[in-house]
Amino acid sequence: MSSVLSSEQTPRPWTADPVLTVEHVQMRFGGLVAVNDLSFEVGRGDITALIGPNGAGKTTVFNCITGFYKPTQGMLLLKHAAGDTFLLERMPDFRISAKAKVARTFQNIRLFSGMTLLENLLVAQHNRLMLASGMTILGVLGMPSYKRAEKESIETAKFWLDKTGLTARADDPAGDLPYGAQRRLEIARAMCTGPELLCLDEPAAGLNPRESAELNTLLLDIRQMGKTSILLIEHDMSVVMEISDHVVVLEYGVKISDGTPSEVRNDPRVIAAYLGVDDEEVEKVEEQLDELTEGATP
Amino acid sequence: MATAKTTSGPGGSIAGAARDAILAGVVALGIFGPLVGLKTEQNMQNELVITTRWGLVAIIVGIVIAGRFLLTTTIWPAMTRNKLRDKPPATAGEVAFRARLARWFAPTGLVFLFIYPALMVYFLGFQGSLKWVDNFGIQILIYVMLGWGLNIVVGLAGLLDLGYVAFYAVGAYSYALLATHFGLSFWLLLPMAGILAAMWGIMLGFPVLRLRGDYLAIVTLAFGEIIRLVLINFRELTNGSAGISSIPKITFFGIYSFDVSAPNNFAKVWGLAMSSAYYKIFLYYLILLLALLTAFVTLRLRKLPVGRAWEALREDEIACRSLGINTTNTKLTAFALGAMFGGFAGSFFAARQGFVSPESFTFMESAVIVAIVVLGGMGSMIGVALAAVAMIGGTELLRELDFLKAVFGEGFDPDQFRMLIFGLAMVLVMIWKPRGFVSAREPTVFLTERKSISSSLVKEGHG
Repeated sequence: MSSVLSSEQTPRPWTADPVLTVEHVQMRFGGLVAVNDLSFEVGRGDITALIGPNGAGKTTVFNCITGFYKPTQGMLLLKHAAGDTFLLERMPDFRISAKAKVARTFQNIRLFSGMTLLENLLVAQHNRLMLASGMTILGVLGMPSYKRAEKESIETAKFWLDKTGLTARADDPAGDLPYGAQRRLEIARAMCTGPELLCLDEPAAGLNPRESAELNTLLLDIRQMGKTSILLIEHDMSVVMEISDHVVVLEYGVKISDGTPSEVRNDPRVIAAYLGVDDEEVEKVEEQLDELTEGATP
Repeated sequence: MATAKTTSGPGGSIAGAARDAILAGVVALGIFGPLVGLKTEQNMQNELVITTRWGLVAIIVGIVIAGRFLLTTTIWPAMTRNKLRDKPPATAGEVAFRARLARWFAPTGLVFLFIYPALMVYFLGFQGSLKWVDNFGIQILIYVMLGWGLNIVVGLAGLLDLGYVAFYAVGAYSYALLATHFGLSFWLLLPMAGILAAMWGIMLGFPVLRLRGDYLAIVTLAFGEIIRLVLINFRELTNGSAGISSIPKITFFGIYSFDVSAPNNFAKVWGLAMSSAYYKIFLYYLILLLALLTAFVTLRLRKLPVGRAWEALREDEIACRSLGINTTNTKLTAFALGAMFGGFAGSFFAARQGFVSPESFTFMESAVIVAIVVLGGMGSMIGVALAAVAMIGGTELLRELDFLKAVFGEGFDPDQFRMLIFGLAMVLVMIWKPRGFVSAREPTVFLTERKSISSSLVKEGHG
């Protein structure tokens, strides 16, 4: 998929059967337009990266997708492999996770720090367990059907603990984990909800190169399993360029590039956004450059 | 401690400490001189005359000077040294002892609670046991139950509810009204009072659950006051501040009555001497079972998804929503369940007192229950029970301190200093154990080994 093709007639496989279609989304906070007329597709089974300089509106897009913000305009269409479709902009946040099966992680890690790793992963399977416990009533009476369901949930949790290399610490509180492990646990927790789309907000932030490489393996592993598509925000280009199938670049809330990693890497507008521009282009983009020096970081 | 006396405190020498103590004495004199030393009284001509109590002021100032001196020379240096010294890691023996203590504490306590009335009767006779079973046993157990009920809301779900007494009042008035007007039995009204209180919990919950932290606390506090004011002003229904009296007693499942005039009176049927002790002992076991029901349900719920969701909610609400947990419903269940146990306790309270009035449901009660939960350690069942014993048993014990009259004179009533001592004790405990008696959290599930979680990682909720 990452074969280098000439940029003009690149096939765009992610448009064929997208798991998420973002159409003309605008998010306005009072007078500030954080995201403007943004449209892109997240291909099913792909790893899609959303990149851009700081303040470009990436996390705002995530918050719109996961329901923490309601977009001022536009449509977010999620389509399951089984064919069910959901209009995310019309759903409250917890239903987006529960019904539309969109899981997310947070830029500043939000684990249940006073609960053990295993408990964190069981809370993620809340809705399934809640049903199995007969909305608590059967569970209080100690019905065996709930015991069975809990055992299955623990198996799921164990599977993800193994995948993230945290099994040895399963009974420790999440707040005791080192930073990198907390990041992995948050991904494991999101995966325990059984998502169709996994949204990762800067999963590699603060990781050392070895942990970063482990993260890549984990994400490729998740893609390998085929059930979950991944949308990630990342500044670490080693992660983005190595594992993603499709990159969307935002700047000042507007999409400036959309394509395979190699296309995006060679896109002059992306280069301009990240590094500034060549001398001969200075006149053309002078105004743009002035703005960039304030906010852009490579 | 012994060596501490020889070394001087961080402030300097013994002379420095003495100077410091005298300064504290002067401040105390300035404060207590006018407040305690001068007292105005009306004489026979309705004139205000000033009487002085310099002796009392001298005692107070003396206590302050001595206390301050002791603090600077002994206690503070010892505390700083303790802090500086690295604590040696607990030996295997200590760990094993603690584990054994934790394992055996609850069962031993339970056995003791079940034989407590028998012990009292054995040692003090039926009449002598009355006070110990009723004032201590029943009273403390009511607060244990209330504490455990509120523990669901405050300790597990992390929602600070300062109006818990409202649900207690709903339960009490449900039983009082329905039993006096319709003559319904306690055994029918007990669940009904719980359900009514739970309904009120949900009604309160809906509008306030969007609030967090301080705002939630203030609204629940207001709700508690609203209920009390409605009880005072809705005279047609509640008889206002005069309250409802002659509430029927609880029967022994309809088989025996504890009314003196009833033909199936317990003592008459069994040919025993007339005494109210039988009823009290029966009530003791009833509230014990109700409290244990609360504990059992709470412990069960903690291990169920709903309980874990409560604790997750206390840890991080946004993360909960991102995992598909309906936080509104989860908060409502916590509110409703807490309220339900409050309602049970309320109906029991009404039946035990035989009289309810809005006086019993002031903010002070809510504050005491919250204090019990916080003091015990939020979320810990044993801690809350211990705190209830300390707080309620302690205040009851103050009534027993009649010998202090010999020291402070006939007019001295230790019970009046209840709140003062209470507040002082709370401050001390909060310094000594900021997260309550039992602060470590026990995980609800484990893969290989159950390890307690240090309280420093457990969040207290933000409303």
